[in-house]
Amino acid sequence: MKKFAYFPGCSLEKIALSYNKTSVETSKILGVELQELEDWNCCGATTYFHVDQLLAYTLTARNLAMAEKEGLDLVAPCSACYKNAYTTNKYFKADPDVAEHINYALEEDDLQFNGDINVHHIMDIYVNEVGVDAIKEKVKVPLEGLKVAPYYGCQIVRPRKNGEDVENPQFFEDLVKAMGAEAVDFAERLRCCGGSLIMTSRTAALDMVRVLLKNAVDSGADVIATACPLCQVNLECYQLQVNEEFGTDFNMPVTYFTQLLGLALGMPKKKLGIGSELVSAAPIFGEF
Amino acid sequence: MAAKPTFSQEISNLLYASQGSPLKNCIQCGTCSGTCPVVNYMDQTPRRLIGMINANLKEDVLDCNTYWFCASCYHCTVRCPAKIDIAEAMYAVKRYSIWHKTYSEDLVGPTFSETFVKTIINNGRSFEPVLAPTYMFSMGIKEVLQEAYMGTQMMLKGRMPVLPTKIKRLDNFKKVIRRIIPMGGEK
Repeated sequence: MKKFAYFPGCSLEKIALSYNKTSVETSKILGVELQELEDWNCCGATTYFHVDQLLAYTLTARNLAMAEKEGLDLVAPCSACYKNAYTTNKYFKADPDVAEHINYALEEDDLQFNGDINVHHIMDIYVNEVGVDAIKEKVKVPLEGLKVAPYYGCQIVRPRKNGEDVENPQFFEDLVKAMGAEAVDFAERLRCCGGSLIMTSRTAALDMVRVLLKNAVDSGADVIATACPLCQVNLECYQLQVNEEFGTDFNMPVTYFTQLLGLALGMPKKKLGIGSELVSAAPIFGEF
Repeated sequence: MAAKPTFSQEISNLLYASQGSPLKNCIQCGTCSGTCPVVNYMDQTPRRLIGMINANLKEDVLDCNTYWFCASCYHCTVRCPAKIDIAEAMYAVKRYSIWHKTYSEDLVGPTFSETFVKTIINNGRSFEPVLAPTYMFSMGIKEVLQEAYMGTQMMLKGRMPVLPTKIKRLDNFKKVIRRIIPMGGEK
């Protein structure tokens, strides 16, 4: 069984609790052991970087150091947490001066980081460690006929991590197909949902959400699948505001990919966290 | 006497940990502006902003909303043919404007960032209900009503935390922060 240090991040404690639960459960079914990182701290989202870059790297490095102490690679389900942890790890390894400053500060918490671990998004673990074919074999309830818009968003693919294809990735589509569902041709799948602009520049963010919802409807999707709590909240919880602002009538369910995966893997429906959405996904899940 | 750094050099210095090319390498092709999903809401396009930084147009740069409207989606960064990490450059100007308090008062972004960071310094984790009211005075009345409605709905669905979570080793955490940013007070 593959084992990882699990860093759920602040959003998964409550707003995205269904993502947390279904990540843990689907991992179990797929033979991946997630050991929650003890006493983890917030990754800083984008805001540490608005105040101080070294502070941002240091606080993220605290989580990395704790994972390293356990001898485990770090895995995060939130794309923003993943991106921060990944880039901190990368800059730490590339710049001995940054590394020295970080370790000087971490001494105060009796920690030291050596840069000996790797950082993964949970979807990366499923696609590249478990493998799409192995997942396909474990599917008990193929999601036949379900049209899924695979929404990558930003930080799971950008900035580029390690030479991978950032213009035409296919791993999300591959995963959707492994569940027995159809991955629709969703042209705007890599376009930003607005992220924290929903708080700071409301109209701009609602417009960004509108573009994505329209494209998902036009592509014939029954549901949008996401791999990030920011994307999920913006696309789902702010649909009513989008409808008010632009006179649209969107009613598009937006779920975490792990909820769909859980359904396909035969998890009991009541454990999938369905029912906590503002735009109901119950009709979709009721079909299987 | 050492020469005072230009605005352009100051911004470059703020990019110390980024591995991208220097802003001076910008060829003004406009790929960033063509890619940016928020460009319609910006006073100046990303291409123009980089040109303005390189031309040391400090006041014009600090006056515009462009960098506070950057959502950190890194779409420009991965496409830039000159390999400039444009999203990181936007962070650098944000930091400059926070440190020098030069941002215009009608922007919510700087207040949001400062409140968010203060919440994390106090708890080690983020906590939405405390976060919201403290920056809401920066929002318009419509946004405040939208937020209140959303918060209530989320609460009813069990998606809004009632109590803040604090990390266990919070004292150590604060000491770590003090080694990066001296904040006065104890030690």
